[in-house]
Formats: sequence, structure tokens, C-alpha cells
Amino acid sequence: MGGLRAAEQLIANKFDGIVTIVGDEKHMPYNRPPLSKDVLAAERDEQNSTLDHWHSSVAFRQRKSIADVRWRLGSPAVSSDLTAKTVTLADGEVLHYDGLVVATGLRPRRLDLPGPQSGRHVIRTLDDAIGLRAELQPGTRVIVVGGGFIGCETAATARKLGCEVHIVEPMAVPMIRPLGEEFGNALRRVHEASGVHVHTGVSVEETVGGADDPSRLSAVILTDGTRLGADVLIESVGSHPNVEWLDGNDLDLSNGVLCDNHMRVESRPDVVAVGDIARFPDPATGNIPRRIEHWCIPTDTAKRAAATLIAHLSDEPGPDVPFSPLPSFWSDQFGLRLQGYGSPGDADHISVLEGDLAAPVDQDPSALDGTVVGYYQGSRLVGVVMLSPSPVTARKYREAVETSRAAVLTA
Amino acid sequence: MDVRVDYGMCQDHGQCAIAAPKVFQMDDDGKLVYDKHPDDSQRDEVEEAADVCPVQAIFLDES
Repeated sequence: MGGLRAAEQLIANKFDGIVTIVGDEKHMPYNRPPLSKDVLAAERDEQNSTLDHWHSSVAFRQRKSIADVRWRLGSPAVSSDLTAKTVTLADGEVLHYDGLVVATGLRPRRLDLPGPQSGRHVIRTLDDAIGLRAELQPGTRVIVVGGGFIGCETAATARKLGCEVHIVEPMAVPMIRPLGEEFGNALRRVHEASGVHVHTGVSVEETVGGADDPSRLSAVILTDGTRLGADVLIESVGSHPNVEWLDGNDLDLSNGVLCDNHMRVESRPDVVAVGDIARFPDPATGNIPRRIEHWCIPTDTAKRAAATLIAHLSDEPGPDVPFSPLPSFWSDQFGLRLQGYGSPGDADHISVLEGDLAAPVDQDPSALDGTVVGYYQGSRLVGVVMLSPSPVTARKYREAVETSRAAVLTA
Repeated sequence: MDVRVDYGMCQDHGQCAIAAPKVFQMDDDGKLVYDKHPDDSQRDEVEEAADVCPVQAIFLDES
């Protein structure tokens, strides 16, 4: 997505040279959020569900403006020389550039578990989702390791499909890092009310194969000794930035690609980064470079990065205003629409501004509709997370976060 | 310009209404109402709305 948006923005900003997009996946760019929801949950009676059918359901529209973009799909970049200004692809092709956009994103972290591999899944690509979808039937025993956004959404989808679902979360509470303990506990209760078993403070110690087929998963053993029958193990335990192709260029690749507020990679004027991989400072949040893995970021950073690159290539000054994109994120679980703005993970305390996080959800998760939680650093509002807010409510609190962030910029 | 929203895909995120408030609004029930033939002066905002829709349900006539 980052690469696509970068190309669109370069061309929208009147770039008239050649744009080449290199991607490791064979597919044209597509939208990932449906992978843990609609794609997994879709009806199973479509006998002719080809990869093409699924891809077309999630593919990004192709603007006419990018008709001349060159595509190198299924051939990832494997090395680069930023001094010689070249990128080498897996098939050996060497591309020379005047400007480089780094948008290679993330790959899922895997659990280090020897033993049966069949039955283990991640959800990052369309191929992952289709492979997993084929294995989710009513009664399938599903273990989801990692109770973050992806894990919780996938667990909810699997549960709705009639699977027996266990979330295994090493921290004390699911979603604790992005949402904090109170909100995490409310979501835990929603999951449990729908029959998902939530195990916290533990991880998977060992996987066990079947007596008849040892290469196929049949159980997992947790670090507290609990044994759970399992047909499917979904690993949603975070990601690694795809930076290896940039080795050897003297860059700080310790956590994505380090950028300035113009999205330039370590002040190199001809190399910018976009999306999940970009570690960039935001003056509204203390100017500490960080990666933000929200869906809005590829689009927002692509605009900034394209403007920076175009300015360099046409020898003009770049944009003069600070870049401070408002983080925006959502999650759909058991009929609840979670909507967040800002950086709730930076808070030192919360305040429930509307509704009641302790509302009983045993009958119906929608008892939590309208809940609004404010996240604060001292007295400063840094984020807000809402459940199924009305448009008026959502706008009110989004604007409150925007105002609070703007105050930091002008302070 | 011509704008089309696939209501089968729309999931009421309302990001379009933030990006292009003159063209997209969420009604009191949280459902989307929109102008199918907005003025061309709104093209940038509508492109932005199409970009930020989390389910990519907005389509522009590109003629």
C-alpha cells in the first residue's frame, strides 16, 4: 500500500520521470484489514473461490494517473547500494534510481517452536488468509498466540465461525500495550462472553503432533503446563521490518528505517521511507522517532515523502510545515467498532469520559456501545479510544485529540 | 465529477466525511449520505476520501 500511495503522490505532484514499483508479493497492491475479517469469515459454499476472486475483492483501485508505472511483482529487493544508487532484485535485475522510496513494510514474527509445522499460520498476506480460511470449520480447535489487534480480531472471526478458540497472551491483559489495562480487560470480557478462552501471562511452550500424523498439529502445551487440543495455531506475535536489503549502507536498521520529519532516511535527500517500516519523529509526540503500524500511516507518510522527494529531484525547497499525522485506528470484534485516535499507548493514566467499561456484556457486547476513554500524559489528552461511537461523538473526541496535539506544536 | 460508494462494502467508518465533508456526511444513524455529482472543485478532497476509506468503498469516475 505504501508503495502504491507513494507512486500516486509522486505523479499527483507532477513527477514526470519513470516510476518503478518493486514488490515481493505476486499480487497487485491490496488492502490487508479484511484479511482478518471478511476474507476469513466469508461463506464457504463458493466452490470456485480462486486466488484471483479473493484478490479482486481486496485489490486497491488503480488510478488512471499511474497507468505508466512499471511493476516488478514477486521479485523482492535483496540488496542495495545507496552510494551507487542501485537496488538489486531477487532475479538479479539491477535498478538504477535518482530517487528511492523504501516501503517494504513488515513480515510476521514467528514463534520458535520445533515440532509439527502443519497447522501453524500467520496472517499478513492474502495467501495466508486463504490458507487459514480453508482450515476454519465449526468445531476447529484454534489457538491464537498474541492478543493484539490481529490476534483478537482473528479470534473473534474464528469464534463467529463456530471454532473453539483460545487466545494465549503473554502479557497480563490482551491489547494492553495499545489500549491499556482497563480497556484490555473490557475486551477480554467481551471475548469470554462469546466463548473465547483467554489465557494471560503464559505462552506456548511446545507443540504436539498427532499420533497418526506427527507432522500435523494436535495439541499445544502452555508455559504453565496447560495442555490444549489444537488443530490450528495462529501466530500473531508482532512483526519484523523488512530492512535486510538495506544492509551494508551504514544505516541504523535497528527498528525499521530511521527518518527525519520529512521522511528522509537519515537525512539522505534522495531516499525516503513510507509506511510500517518508517521510524519517524512527530513533534506532537516528543520528536522521538517511532514506527506506527496503523493503516492510515502509509497514505499519510506517502504524501509527505513524495513531496520531499519531488522537491529534491527538482532542486526546490521541500515542505516547510511540520509533519504530524493524526494516528487513526479501528478494530471490529463481536459487533463492536473500536475507534481510536492519537497515541493512547503514551498515556500514564486514563479517564472514562462516557459510558462504563465495567458494563455487563454477558448478554450482549453492545452494552459497551458509546464508551469513550480518554488517555492522558499528566493533564494532556494524548489519545482517545471509543466503542461504536455515534458520528457526533467520534468527531467531538477526534477534534479534542487534534486540538491537544496542535497545542504541543505551538507550545 | 461522478462519485459512487459501494454500500455493500461501506462499514460506516466515516473517514470520508472527515476528508471531504462537503461531499460525504454521516447521518444521525451513523449511515453515509453523499453527493453523487459533486463539483469538480472537490476533486482533491474526494480523492483523499477514496484513499482514506478503510474498506476502499469509494469510486471516482475518472473521465
